Amino acid sequence: MNSKSGYNRLFDPMAETGQALDFSQHGLGQKTVGNPFSVKAKMSVRNLNVYYDDKQAIHDVSLDINRNEVMAMIGPSGCGKSTFLRCLNRMNDTIENCNVNGEVTLDEQDIYHKKQDVVPLRARVGIVFQKPNPFPKSIYENVAYGPKVHGLVSRRAQLDEIVEDSLRKASLWDEVKDRLFSPGTGLSGGQQQRLCIARTIAVSPEVILMDEPCSALDPIATARIEELMAELSQNFTIAIVTHSMQQAARVSSRTAYFHMGRLIEVNDTRRVFTNPEHELTEAYITGRFG
Amino acid sequence: MKTPTLIILTLLCAAGAYILVRNRASDIAYRAGKKPALHSLPYYYGMLSALWCALPCLLIVFVWTVLDDYAVHAAIVNLLPESVQALPASEIDLVVNTVINLALYPNALLSSSTPDYLIQAGQDYLRWQQLSQLSLTVVVLVSLFLAFSLCWARIKPKVKARQQVERIFQWALLLCASIAILTTIGIVLSVLFESLRFFQSVSFFEFIFGTHWSPQTALRIDQVGASGAFGAVPLFVGTLLISFIAMLIAVPVGLMSAIYLSEYATPQLRAIVKPMLEILAGIPSVVYGFFAALTVAPFIRQSGGFLGLEVSSESALAAGLVMGVMIIPFVSSLSDDVLKAVPQSLRDGSLGLGATQSETIKRVVIPAALPGIVSGVLLAASRAIGETMIVVMAAGLAAHLTVNPLESVTTITVQIVTLLVGDQEFDSPKTLSAFALGLMLFTVTLALNYVALYVVRQYREEYE
Repeated sequence: MNSKSGYNRLFDPMAETGQALDFSQHGLGQKTVGNPFSVKAKMSVRNLNVYYDDKQAIHDVSLDINRNEVMAMIGPSGCGKSTFLRCLNRMNDTIENCNVNGEVTLDEQDIYHKKQDVVPLRARVGIVFQKPNPFPKSIYENVAYGPKVHGLVSRRAQLDEIVEDSLRKASLWDEVKDRLFSPGTGLSGGQQQRLCIARTIAVSPEVILMDEPCSALDPIATARIEELMAELSQNFTIAIVTHSMQQAARVSSRTAYFHMGRLIEVNDTRRVFTNPEHELTEAYITGRFG
Repeated sequence: MKTPTLIILTLLCAAGAYILVRNRASDIAYRAGKKPALHSLPYYYGMLSALWCALPCLLIVFVWTVLDDYAVHAAIVNLLPESVQALPASEIDLVVNTVINLALYPNALLSSSTPDYLIQAGQDYLRWQQLSQLSLTVVVLVSLFLAFSLCWARIKPKVKARQQVERIFQWALLLCASIAILTTIGIVLSVLFESLRFFQSVSFFEFIFGTHWSPQTALRIDQVGASGAFGAVPLFVGTLLISFIAMLIAVPVGLMSAIYLSEYATPQLRAIVKPMLEILAGIPSVVYGFFAALTVAPFIRQSGGFLGLEVSSESALAAGLVMGVMIIPFVSSLSDDVLKAVPQSLRDGSLGLGATQSETIKRVVIPAALPGIVSGVLLAASRAIGETMIVVMAAGLAAHLTVNPLESVTTITVQIVTLLVGDQEFDSPKTLSAFALGLMLFTVTLALNYVALYVVRQYREEYE
């Protein structure tokens, strides 16, 4: 299928519904539309390519993430948005056959430089995963883990303070203050995820990456996490991958749309959801595929 | 017909019944253009009739064969003169055996001095035997015929053949499961009762707390210097000493190799090393035994002499070292499995917070896997305590009460072997003490296994 017929079908009101649209060749190889770049970037990515063995998962992506903004990344399954997110604190290093090239900077420092140590990097760029993964330790120990590992505190009182502060910021303190020493795995799914956020906050990162943090949670727990993100964005830079377009619309200030490993469009969230520039973005947000 | 012929005949009939009934059932079930008319698939009807033919007949043959021996025995005893019947039971058994042998091999055994009553009884025995076989054949054939005709008549829509076949298989599975349990119970009871006999002659507390082990008892009343002493403490200490040395080797080496394999090794390396470790587990313990006795023990003695230490040629150290090497694969393989089972998300969580790989292993992975590791170690310990061949060859036989690893000690298993090897009388305390030792060994390993299982069950789901 050539790109013209795909285009025609997309905007043809008579196009049969129910038949999958093939965008595999459509709009690829073009430059990202919208405003991927900015002058006050916290993190910037230039010409990033990621390969799993021979298979290329990310094609030539360039993007800036601003200080104290919430950047949402959306796109159909397998479009590379999680891979991209994991590149931002080098979590992909743990995957055996994953190859990254391109440039990623944090405050203008290349994080893929061969002298860069991943330990301080991950303390500055924290990550919250899709499935809550509290350690099989007490709630207190879960939050205290990061500060202990990084030697941030020397006295117990300081540690207590950090734990309480982090749990408060993750709006979990009131629910767990009476059972700090019971296992973190005994909490509900939503509480566990907030515990994981508290654990990340405890090492006072500058950027927090969230990889579909609400996909395993019910709507009420999701609403609480979303409120929390709004509060956190005052102090942290947040990049969130999400499957839920409503969530992206609610929490983020800018939205990036990924498709087949390529960054198609980056714009203000309101613009993306009301007047997308690229027809692929429009097709995705109007639910024509996903 | 002889019994084996009968069994083969029964199985053939069952196979025939299966084919006939199945074909008949599929004829009934699939009439042209209609829905299947039977409750179950045709092969279930075939299966059901095969089972009905085979199982009762095999049961009859089995029970008959068992009872036959008793019946024949009793019949022969009845035929013998009263003077013989008055003899003690063990001697009557001998006479009965003579009768049977005479009847079966007359040419070889018959002589002019054979008493008449034995020959007569032998003749009667043969007649009995023939009658018994004949009636067994008749009973089996009749029941085969009955079973087959019954099943033939029961190829009906109302008969739920599938349910019946499945119930029979369920019972068969239950039977297999209970064989293992019943065997265990049987062994435990036999060891227990023999031990009780032992404790009638030697007091329990002397056995448990006595510090002198010298199980030679007098064969004759007037024999000198072999009164027998059954204090098992030297054996317990020897066993614990050797097991302790073995665990000292196996736990650190096994655990660390497991950590390396599961956390650091590349998949290619792992694919080579893991099977090789498992080969180590496949080496027979007797091979380890002579390795310990012929290579390691002399080496230790020489190096001890070099350092000015006095090392006996059979030392606890040699046996313990080799046993430790032998159980490394237990520890490493089990630990590797539990470390691998720790979810990747926990590692990601820790790495994502900026912990290094070794911090992640120490603070997250090992604590999460600890219950499994502990149970692996306990299983290895019970293996070490029960191990025999290495200690028989390398640790020595003399029961010294010592904790010096350079001296020779002996273990519970070694003593059991030496007590029971060769011709023994089975009513002296010397032989019976082996059962008491076996009971002790069994109790300890059972307790360890139980603790291991308990630990695993208690903490298994913690990280889920």
